[in-house]
Amino acid sequence: MTITTFIVISIIKSIAVIAVLLTAVAYSVWLERKVSARIQNRWGPTRVGPFGLLQPLADGAKFIFKEDLTQPHVYRPLYIAAPIIALVFAITSISVVPFGNSLYIPETQVGSWFTIPEIDTPFQITDLNIGLLVILGITSMGVYGIALAGWSSNSKYSLLGGLRASAQMISYEVSLGLSLIPVLIKSGSFSLRAIVEAQQHLHWNFWYGPVWWAPLGALAFFTYLISAYAETNRTPFDLPEAESELVAGYHTEYSAMKFAMFFMAEYANMVTVACLATLLFFGGWLGPVFGPQLLQMVLPIFWFCLKVFFFMFLYVWVRWTLPRFRYDQLMAFGWKVLLPLAVANIVVTSLIVAWRA
Amino acid sequence: MVPLSYYLLLSGILFACGVLGFLIKRNIITIFMSIELMLNGVNLSFVAFAAHWHMMGNLNALSGQVFVFFVMVVAAAEAAVGLAIIIAVFRTRETLNVDQVNLLKL
Amino acid sequence: MLHLILFLFFGTLCVAGAINLLAQSHPINSALSLIVVMASLAAEYLLLGAEFVAAVQVIVYAGAIMVLFIFVIMLLNAGQEERTKGSRIAILFGIPGVLIGAVLTAWTLLHHASALAVPIGVLPGGPHEVARLLFHEFLLPFEITSVLILIAIMGAVVLASRPEAVAKRHDDEQPRTMPELVGAGKEH
Repeated sequence: MTITTFIVISIIKSIAVIAVLLTAVAYSVWLERKVSARIQNRWGPTRVGPFGLLQPLADGAKFIFKEDLTQPHVYRPLYIAAPIIALVFAITSISVVPFGNSLYIPETQVGSWFTIPEIDTPFQITDLNIGLLVILGITSMGVYGIALAGWSSNSKYSLLGGLRASAQMISYEVSLGLSLIPVLIKSGSFSLRAIVEAQQHLHWNFWYGPVWWAPLGALAFFTYLISAYAETNRTPFDLPEAESELVAGYHTEYSAMKFAMFFMAEYANMVTVACLATLLFFGGWLGPVFGPQLLQMVLPIFWFCLKVFFFMFLYVWVRWTLPRFRYDQLMAFGWKVLLPLAVANIVVTSLIVAWRA
Repeated sequence: MVPLSYYLLLSGILFACGVLGFLIKRNIITIFMSIELMLNGVNLSFVAFAAHWHMMGNLNALSGQVFVFFVMVVAAAEAAVGLAIIIAVFRTRETLNVDQVNLLKL
Repeated sequence: MLHLILFLFFGTLCVAGAINLLAQSHPINSALSLIVVMASLAAEYLLLGAEFVAAVQVIVYAGAIMVLFIFVIMLLNAGQEERTKGSRIAILFGIPGVLIGAVLTAWTLLHHASALAVPIGVLPGGPHEVARLLFHEFLLPFEITSVLILIAIMGAVVLASRPEAVAKRHDDEQPRTMPELVGAGKEH
């Protein structure tokens, strides 16, 4: 493949993936409102379009037209930069996530003067061989959006909410990273595509683990899921932005478009966590594949999206079912329960792998 | 193809800025950040030499990269303990200016 | 050619961040410039091929240590704007030091420039190679640094804890006297 073909294809892939991600973020808001409404025995958005499906459009228009208040005593550069930082780092981590197998288009002739060259690219923007570390690094950098937002707002509630949120996020980052190590021990590579390909023939990391009789993959999965819920500041760990406690915490002083950016950053982080959970524990795009060539290329993407949708639904379900942790309970749980569990998981997994070798 | 001396020059500039910051600045936290800048400059020098030795065919070449980990670990430990000391000093002296923390007795 | 352009771009970012760290008076701006320096250094490591080191630099240095710095700056909130008085010794030794350093680096650049060139991404810096070294040759330093981190954690917790918390624990251990009981006992 020539260099121009590669660049053009990469640009097309990036635009397509970001467009799909932003649409997914917008419709995850719709999903949350509908599911939360059904859990609470009411209807949710039904007016705007069939089943309220055009509600995100109405919400977007509302955010654009809202009055953009800027308080007088904020630290202006960081006040404006913080939501941008949060959103940029939330969207960037989708760049190493694989959605399916390879896309293969043979050389075709369109019209009389233009031929599309032979295209053979994976359904992934880039396949780094440290892909998982890149996602962990971007998650670590995402703490800055919240910490700087809380500090630059120059208000007690914001500072307290920002500090609490950042402390919670960096505490659960440790158990997030450590809980993924048993998956790496089994897969042998940091590349996300290699991790998924090590789960073929129904050897999904959720139930297979290092050996079939030790469900350590399930323990790793639950540790990862709980750490990720705390990392994305979602209930039951959402005290930093709880309305009744801290008047919306670190984004108290933000209105209109900047608040919408924080909102989108939170849902984009949720989508990333859901994608990682399916890739690492549930086999990514692996599923029954049949039919002609085109169907064989599209079906893995369909399975991937189905599994990610299930995890987004799980996120919303947990949020509207469980009450919220108090902050000291939250931190104690992260450091005293999850971290030893993750480390014990690593020790037992590596002992089993070393014993069998 | 970038000459090795360019990497060493960059590393030297970073280290020199760190030393300058350590000598000029009056805020304790900024002094600590200059120390971190010095350590980062040294890390770049380690990795650049590891690349150069690997190209020259030396068998111990990759030790340069591994040593960067130890530098990072020591920097992390030093940052944690140093910031704890700063907090303890701030509680009693109520200032972060090193010029005013020059007497053993308050 | 592309290697040189990328190296110069990220190198300029590094130097600009370092100079900005010196030039800013509010420590939060210095902290953010240092984060820019660390991120561009991670890009430089990628150019040399040390990808695992680059990832760890972002995760540990820019994502944890600098968060610690920013926490302390936000918590203490006392370094509002620092008034630099200008120490005479620093100027006396600093400016000639800078000049000597600049002359030395210029000499290095001119003298050794075209001799040793490093191609892009030459190091095998993947996790496997680093792990092979880290757990075979450097196992003892690895274990010692883990003990060092443990000591640092304990030291930081002890140093940063409030003195009143320690005093309250001492108060709880002393016996409490209840005057009405003593009075009742005396009457009996």
